[in-house]
Amino acid sequence: MNLLALFRKKPSAPIARERLQVLLAHERGAHGQSELLAKLQEEILAVIAKHIKVSRDQVQVKLDRNEDIATLEIDIEMPDLSPLAAARH
Amino acid sequence: MAKVLVVTSGKGGVGKTTSTAALGAALAQGGENVVVVDFDVGLRNLDLIMGAERRVVYDLINVVQGDAKLNQALIRDKRIENLSLLPASQTRDKDALTPEGVERVIGELREKFDWVICDSPAGIEKGALLAMRHADMAVVVTNPEVSSVRDSDRIIGMLDSKTVKAENGERMEKHLLLTRYDPGRAARNEMLKTEDVLEILSIPLLGIIPESEEVLRASNLGAPVTLNSPTSAPARAYFDAARRLKGEKVEIVVPMQRGGLMSKLFGRRVA
Ligand SMILES: Nc1ncnc2c1ncn2[C@@H]1O[C@H](COP(=O)(O)OP(=O)(O)OP(=O)(O)O)[C@@H](O)[C@H]1O
Ligand SMILES: [Mg+2]
Repeated sequence: MNLLALFRKKPSAPIARERLQVLLAHERGAHGQSELLAKLQEEILAVIAKHIKVSRDQVQVKLDRNEDIATLEIDIEMPDLSPLAAARH
Repeated sequence: MAKVLVVTSGKGGVGKTTSTAALGAALAQGGENVVVVDFDVGLRNLDLIMGAERRVVYDLINVVQGDAKLNQALIRDKRIENLSLLPASQTRDKDALTPEGVERVIGELREKFDWVICDSPAGIEKGALLAMRHADMAVVVTNPEVSSVRDSDRIIGMLDSKTVKAENGERMEKHLLLTRYDPGRAARNEMLKTEDVLEILSIPLLGIIPESEEVLRASNLGAPVTLNSPTSAPARAYFDAARRLKGEKVEIVVPMQRGGLMSKLFGRRVA
């Protein structure tokens, strides 16, 4: 039996299991996140659109993850504000 | 109350259509009033597996679009009278299915049957989403193999977010059906273990269907395996799974390698 074991290849199932666990932990986060980001983008856009005329692609929401902190970056491209400012006064 | 069940997987070719036919027939053989619905528009196969391919006149698309009445499209099985099939169209594509039309048809089917079993197309696009949209419960068909498990994980995520149930904040009942299970490879630790798949996907196990020539034989003949060879290992596994769907407590049988010591030794040697 020992001799036989020497010739037999290392079983592949445990490796498959480990690779899957790592991959899926990562993918689950990613899919959940992109949905969260899409929602944030929509709602931020809606709030801004109440006051300023912006188009969808002028509002970007990005999540950055470092070793120990994650930051949410919101990038809003503003249109020319002078007419708006003038209207206020 | 009627139950709408979607048989889904993400990955193609894992055994959705085979399982839809076998579970549908098993439930009907147990006295339930069942309809199996083919959502694989453009690539229909359930009619062939059920042996009804020459009896298709109208299909799901015709009913969805209002060109035919539901009763005109339903095909009653010749062997079990409380089993019906609603075939898919072979010539149209998935865009012919409208969400409103599908909702109406599922609603009508709910009134006529105890079980509405939807055979989903592969993939994670429109067709698969429409097939799961109105389900009360899901059977996730998975092969013990990395790409199938990964796709099942993705489909489980969609069942929990893209269905009417999920949108209403209700819990979608999900069951794992492990198919094409090869006891020989399992014994050699060359196949993902059932426990591993269960741990990774974390949904309850509905059954383990062994890889078997009886399944191919049944499809050659156009009969669900539970009808064609009811005492075979895959048929027994499907019968048990059908009982579990009804809420009965049935112990899970892990398929074992057939034969005694000799075939085991031989099996190992050829590996
Ligand atoms: N338990 C089994 N043993 C042997 N062969 C099987 C088993 N289950 C399914 N098969 C075979 O695998 C093939 C694919 O099965 P099936 O058509 O049911 O898969 P599917 O998930 O519906 O595929 P698709 O994604 O293309 O719709 C068929 O040839 C079928 O006969
Ligand atoms: Mg199929």
